[in-house]
Amino acid sequence: MNDELKYLLERTVAGRQSRRAFLGRAGALGMSAAMANTMLASAARAQEPKKGGLIRMGMQGGESTNTLDPALAASEVPFAVNMTWGEMLTDVDPNGNLDMRIAEEVSSSPDAKTWKFKIRQGVEFHNGKTVTAEDVLATMQRHSDENSQSGALGIVQGIESMSAEGDMFTVTLASPNADLPYLMGDYHLIIQPDGGRDDPAAGIGAGPYKVVVNEPGVRHGFEKHVNYWDDRIGHADQTEILVINDTTARVAALQAGQVHMINRVDPKVYGLLKKAPGILVHATPGRGHYVFIMHCTAAPFDNNDLRMALKLAINRHEMVDKVLGGLGSVGNDFPINSAYPLFDNTIPQREYDPEQAAFYYKKSGHDGSPIILRTASGAFPGAVEAAQLYQQSAAAAGIPLEIKREPDDGYWSDVWNVQPFCASYWGGRPVQDQMYSTAYLSSAEWNDTKFYNDKFDSLLIAARAELDNEKRKGMYSEMAHILRDEGGLICPMFNDFVEGVSDAIAGWTSDPNGELMNGRAHVKCWLA
Amino acid sequence: MHPIIKLLAQRLSLGLLLLLAASALIFIGVELLPGDVAQSILGQSATETALRNLREELGLNEPALTRYFNWLFAAIQGDLGTALTNGQSISKAVGERLGNTLFLAFWAAIISVPLAIILGLIAVRYRNRWPDKLISAVTLSTISLPEFVAGYLLMYLFTVQFRIFSPISTIYSGMSLGEKLSAIALPVMVLVLVVLAHMMRMTRAAILNVMQSAYVETAELKGLRPFVIIARHAFPNAIAPVVNVVMLNLAYLVVGVVVVEVVFVYPGMGQYLVDHVTKRDLPVVQACGLIFAAVYIGLNIMADVISILANPRLRHPK
Repeated sequence: MNDELKYLLERTVAGRQSRRAFLGRAGALGMSAAMANTMLASAARAQEPKKGGLIRMGMQGGESTNTLDPALAASEVPFAVNMTWGEMLTDVDPNGNLDMRIAEEVSSSPDAKTWKFKIRQGVEFHNGKTVTAEDVLATMQRHSDENSQSGALGIVQGIESMSAEGDMFTVTLASPNADLPYLMGDYHLIIQPDGGRDDPAAGIGAGPYKVVVNEPGVRHGFEKHVNYWDDRIGHADQTEILVINDTTARVAALQAGQVHMINRVDPKVYGLLKKAPGILVHATPGRGHYVFIMHCTAAPFDNNDLRMALKLAINRHEMVDKVLGGLGSVGNDFPINSAYPLFDNTIPQREYDPEQAAFYYKKSGHDGSPIILRTASGAFPGAVEAAQLYQQSAAAAGIPLEIKREPDDGYWSDVWNVQPFCASYWGGRPVQDQMYSTAYLSSAEWNDTKFYNDKFDSLLIAARAELDNEKRKGMYSEMAHILRDEGGLICPMFNDFVEGVSDAIAGWTSDPNGELMNGRAHVKCWLA
Repeated sequence: MHPIIKLLAQRLSLGLLLLLAASALIFIGVELLPGDVAQSILGQSATETALRNLREELGLNEPALTRYFNWLFAAIQGDLGTALTNGQSISKAVGERLGNTLFLAFWAAIISVPLAIILGLIAVRYRNRWPDKLISAVTLSTISLPEFVAGYLLMYLFTVQFRIFSPISTIYSGMSLGEKLSAIALPVMVLVLVVLAHMMRMTRAAILNVMQSAYVETAELKGLRPFVIIARHAFPNAIAPVVNVVMLNLAYLVVGVVVVEVVFVYPGMGQYLVDHVTKRDLPVVQACGLIFAAVYIGLNIMADVISILANPRLRHPK
């Protein structure tokens, strides 16, 4: 094999370039695609996971107030911690397909109202108990009953009744939902012994690792759960998550070899860190997006011409370049991108158009008083700068924006969902239905754009019961058009997850579902 | 009763009153902040039902005054309660954090206090000559440097360029003393740099003040060596102001190092307090506030007592 080919092969297997790029370059070197494919497959097979050792992750997003109760998980570290010791019924794989975990099989009635989950045999909790359908039932009840404080309440409240018989867990929904198996993979819905009623924060689950050290805001230590059922993951003997909220300290810890992986690499240091020896920086396109939201019911945003003017007055490409440092993609004023299944890529991209914006602004008859846009540095990273860029691009269209900077502290309780125009972010959801149901359905609890559209609602409900994917895709496309042209969402950009990984780690795959391989990088990778 | 004991008793009871006032102030302060603990825990994902359930469970629906007195009576009996956010015992969590904070402060103080006083003495001995100017210039520049900048500089130097120390100072039980000391080397360096100048300048100024006195002249005329005059005759009379500054800096080392804790990921009280303030976790904020207030008040009482003991005129009041 010539040196260049060998080099390309190593790069591809290490994840430094895509498979497609490898095939292209190999073709240029005179190799047939079939041959190149075979070669790649055997090189990848040589990358058999190695067992043992200690993998350490340094993460932003942990506080000393964190708890192990999965119902209350909201930030990055609790998410990754729970993914280490916990396991859900289902999960979503990097390609957007259903990954069966504690549920081995799932089937539904033809109307998608009744769902049966067959519980995998021989799965063991860390306390030695076997996972039963009763545990699953108790878990779901804890998240959905009237005392629930769960972040998954919105997902499970559509359940009409549940039952457990033998190894079968049955859910009956109030209205059909073809996506229920995906929803059961929500990260709050970790199966706990007896549903975690005795001690929700005990950290006892059926995941690949047991909790050994739990010092919230400092570190979380784990050791392998020896009776874990799936030997495709959980390669290291031990793993540790260190909470390093300071960006500089996190990067220094990676460079000094103190940790193997870090999340949230600042786009400002992306270029520099990429050049550092022994470190790979991965930018993974995800479903998370940074947004400006208008309440469609509050003046002056109750006028669709004004909303359209504001949508046309934002320079999306500039935002991606300057706020995300190029590590992201432009949004199109609806919360879905190509990372979602059933995405329609023919919807035209909305561009910055000051003339059209000025036209709609005039048409709206707005009195010319400044429109107040609220932002805070914690709304999303770079939210204040993004608002300033927006102010300038809008000024070019003659639309006066006034930026009001709010404190981070209390932003989510006093500004977001309260004030009519502010900056915010969404983490994305595994499927389109869940994203739309969470925030754009008229009755949604987090309908943060106060968007009430009957046509949109009926399409969403109809799509849930539609098992034909082509028809469903058409419905989602129509909904995207409605939201894009009439909604209160200004979505300038989708952000990538930017993560630093030491070359001592092998097995990295990009996963659009969440950062650090959907919180399981330390579980799925191994020490090279 | 011996006047010193009487004084001590007076100061201590005043201190207790001050603590009580501080606890009331902290409570009012946290109550005034927008949002409550339930809202902060659930964040952007708060729904009305979840909020209501959480408030119910945490007992947030009772009137503020009731909650304050409930807390106060429990605290007097030594029960600090559990954190609202994660249900962990506050006494245990604070105990560990306080231990870490005191560990860091202890080593920073052990190095910085003697160093500052010796540098101060040297500065007086060679006043207005190059050693004095050099000491002043160096310590004043390090105090002028923000802590996080000093932290990052040291981190760059000692962990990225030369891999001597670890950039993360997380310590936990099970580490040997040597490992712990190596872990905290960088934060200790930063803290020493930050507190050195204040104490050094005060020592210098206080001693220079005394150096004008007649008895120092007498000592000089007796032919004593300059350093002996400074250390044996001038310094004891300059102790009162120096002790006060030293105590202020010690208090800073315990209660004011949150920036250093964040930069070096050190699990001390500061970060713990800040996390719980953002979550409006009142019992924890109260507990930390009280401990901080107690440290301040205690160190100040100590400074007073030492100054009095060091001064015969105050020791034997008429």
